[in-house]
Amino acid sequence: MNCKHAAWLMSLRQDRPLKLGENLGLRLHLSYCPGCRAYRQQLDFLQRACRAFTPPESTEAPPSDTDTPSSR
Amino acid sequence: MSVSVGGQEAASLLQDAGFLAGLRRDLLRFAQLYLNQDTDSAEDAVQEALLAASRAPERFAGRAAVRTWVFGILKHKLIDEIRRQRRRVYLTPLDTGDGDDDFDAQFDASGHWNADDRPPVWSDPDASLQQRQFWTVFEACLTHLPEATARVFMMREFLDLDTPEICTHLEITPNHCWVILHRARQGLRLCLQARWFGEEAA
Repeated sequence: MNCKHAAWLMSLRQDRPLKLGENLGLRLHLSYCPGCRAYRQQLDFLQRACRAFTPPESTEAPPSDTDTPSSR
Repeated sequence: MSVSVGGQEAASLLQDAGFLAGLRRDLLRFAQLYLNQDTDSAEDAVQEALLAASRAPERFAGRAAVRTWVFGILKHKLIDEIRRQRRRVYLTPLDTGDGDDDFDAQFDASGHWNADDRPPVWSDPDASLQQRQFWTVFEACLTHLPEATARVFMMREFLDLDTPEICTHLEITPNHCWVILHRARQGLRLCLQARWFGEEAA
């Protein structure tokens, strides 16, 4: 298995269970490929980040309870 | 989880004109990421979410908690809306087919990472989740994805729809769906590397 295929499987496994052969091949590859281990870490992080995502507050005002000095 | 003594009534916070205006704007921006061909639906979903939120006199420890809660309500409204619309949100097939080369270029002829493209370990990435600036970058990276790619990805990861439902909804094959998601993750990963984690290391 090469890195390109491993990267594909690491994405795929977030969407469907891998087949036995896919899983074994991926694990073997990861055991000797630091780049793909880092890729796995990054994808896992992405998934956590998405779950935690609330769009950031876009007000330019300081994050206090004071009213924004908007013109009304 | 216990309710904070200093908690604020969500309903009263939602009557704060400044807070409400900012929240409405952010909700709308989020809704439009899914429904951007249909601003009316996005506005309706936001309106419904705010209305539902204002009826519930729950107490929260601060503005951030209220925002998170209202966004949660909005997600459910968006799922409803997406299920109702079915075919109205659809993919332009071309959007995701070409441009493979961008990502393929990370690999050499045998399919292994080029030395310069090998993913580095991100040090303590979860600490970033606490940083407001990170979320600004994260959202910018999402917006940077091709539109259809972003929509599929967000259905999957933010609305937590499974791939069979997404495929049915968009009338694409499961394989196409997985390819799109793979591309979305690669795009996001590269964007965060360039604009956040790479900066840190520099």
